[in-house]
Amino acid sequence: MKHFVFALIILLAILHQDFWWWNDNDTMVLGFIPIGLAYHAGVSIAAACLWAMAVKFCWPTDLEAAVDPESAVDFEAAPSHSADGGSAQ
Amino acid sequence: MLAIIVMAGYLFLLLAMGLLSNRFFKGTAADYFLASRGIGPFVLLMSLFGTTMTAFALVGSSGEAFKSGIGVYGKLASWSGIIHSACFFLIGIKLWSFGKRFGYITQIQFFRDRFDSDKIGIVLFPMLVGLVIPYLLIGVLGAGTVISKVTAGAFPEAFPDTRGGLPFWIGAGVICLVVLAYVFFGGVRGTAWANTFQTIVFMVFGVVTFSVISSELGGVKNATALVKEHNPTRLKRAVTEADMEHYQQRLAAYEANPEEAIIKPQKPHAETQLGFLTYMFIPLSVAMFPHLFQHWLTAKSAKSFRLAVVAHPIMIMIVWVPCVLIGVWATSAVFDGKPVIPPGFTNPNAVFAVMVKKLSTPMLGSFLTAGVLAAIMSSLDSQFLCIGSIFTNDIVAHYFARDRLTDHQKVLWGRVFVVLIVGITYALGVKLQGARGVFTLGIWCFTGFASLFPLVFAAIYWRRATKAGAYACILTAAATWIYFFAQSGYGADRGYLVFGMQPAAIMVTMSAIAMFVVSLMTPPPAPATVAKFFDPPASLSVAKREPSLSGGRA
Repeated sequence: MKHFVFALIILLAILHQDFWWWNDNDTMVLGFIPIGLAYHAGVSIAAACLWAMAVKFCWPTDLEAAVDPESAVDFEAAPSHSADGGSAQ
Repeated sequence: MLAIIVMAGYLFLLLAMGLLSNRFFKGTAADYFLASRGIGPFVLLMSLFGTTMTAFALVGSSGEAFKSGIGVYGKLASWSGIIHSACFFLIGIKLWSFGKRFGYITQIQFFRDRFDSDKIGIVLFPMLVGLVIPYLLIGVLGAGTVISKVTAGAFPEAFPDTRGGLPFWIGAGVICLVVLAYVFFGGVRGTAWANTFQTIVFMVFGVVTFSVISSELGGVKNATALVKEHNPTRLKRAVTEADMEHYQQRLAAYEANPEEAIIKPQKPHAETQLGFLTYMFIPLSVAMFPHLFQHWLTAKSAKSFRLAVVAHPIMIMIVWVPCVLIGVWATSAVFDGKPVIPPGFTNPNAVFAVMVKKLSTPMLGSFLTAGVLAAIMSSLDSQFLCIGSIFTNDIVAHYFARDRLTDHQKVLWGRVFVVLIVGITYALGVKLQGARGVFTLGIWCFTGFASLFPLVFAAIYWRRATKAGAYACILTAAATWIYFFAQSGYGADRGYLVFGMQPAAIMVTMSAIAMFVVSLMTPPPAPATVAKFFDPPASLSVAKREPSLSGGRA
């Protein structure tokens, strides 16, 4: 999942180069936002969504645990789930 | 006079906030410089956003959109939404964890430890401070100018030279004193609180102004339709032959009969694909901003970063989309049968102010001025404090006192340096008022910080990065910055590109190559250093091993 999320972020960076809207000033979103601007506002929203996914699926739990005793307890508990998961395989 | 009352009230609120934050001050250096590492998610988001968004976000974005069209959003804002959050996530959280584990307050302390080099601070210090100072000047120059323009006519007898407005030295002086007061008394906590308040102010008034201006222009659809009619290329990024023909025809019509044509068309501006793409290198600068580093370290926990990582792109969008639209609309806006922006208007940075003044109420205009000052001050305060912190911790405490200063002495030195820096910046601002070159230099500062990105990225993620590689990276960044800055006529050529690319693209690439090649050519760092920064702490290793054993047993 971690790699998938980072791949999506790289894909978003590629899609940022929207050469297909470069010469379009006819299409208006909501009747007043030129498509070239609306698209990039959409890129901002997509960035927020992807970073929310990164926070959920790629969060550096070990880093948090290294400095925060409370998180360290979480950290110690978390791998035990993965150990269980491993046994279920 | 209304503007003065609103501004005075606003500045008084900030002062009160600074004094209130002082009541929470614990008297330690960690509390003064890092708020005892206790800032929660919301205040962290607001202080990071307020610090990264300078007055340029409000004033400059409209000006750039006026000059070049909607492309400015994709170049600066949407790239920032992706890259800033990436820096918070990949760099900020890591640095926060090192700061908390090893007690760092400044970037230089981290780099000294990571690269086992006591002298790296001597190389890095002038570069960091040298790149921050123009920023400070931009803030002071902007604040003094805004106050002078907004108060024009209030004191016709006292200040006839400035058309009755408060002179630059008074406006800039008042802003410096207010920022000094809350930074002096509140330290980084005062700064974070003030930034939170100020970010809310400039966001709320930005959105309200947008709705009032669009209403005065006959609604959002009508405002855009006028642009489509008079300056259609401002709504896209390409310029075709047909566009040039349309421009020539409109210009001829205007020159033949200006009163009937009303709007003088703007010369079309095309964005190149490569120039647009390579703007992505500029937001990398946030990874090396010393004032942002200090805010990262104030976080209460790593979790405090989550809101900032996710919400930052949305916050940028909320501020930038209305400002870009206002700038684009300004090219073709008509009010009472006359153009809102007069033909031949030469100062794009004043477009936003003119639109507000002509299309909104005096009360809203006053509040929005407070919003612009908020954007300026929310960057100034962090920069003042971070330079005070660097001088205190990296120079006085480390090189002169050999790390033997007490907490009380560090706070005292920190305050002394903040006062000195505010005083020097103010004096420079008064001397340089009206000098446009300073604003251009500010843009080059972003590029300079961006060129140091490979240094921090390698320090965190590459075990093999060595001391010699770090020096090579810093010196390459400095050398390329000086070279390209000189090539651009010391910033005079505002559209300067290298092989069609932003200079930052070349500089980041070259400093990354220097780091990579020199690191591989020199002996690897000491195992103890690598273990300190790349291996989990012993207690954590035990915790990690135990579950895997149980997993093995299962």
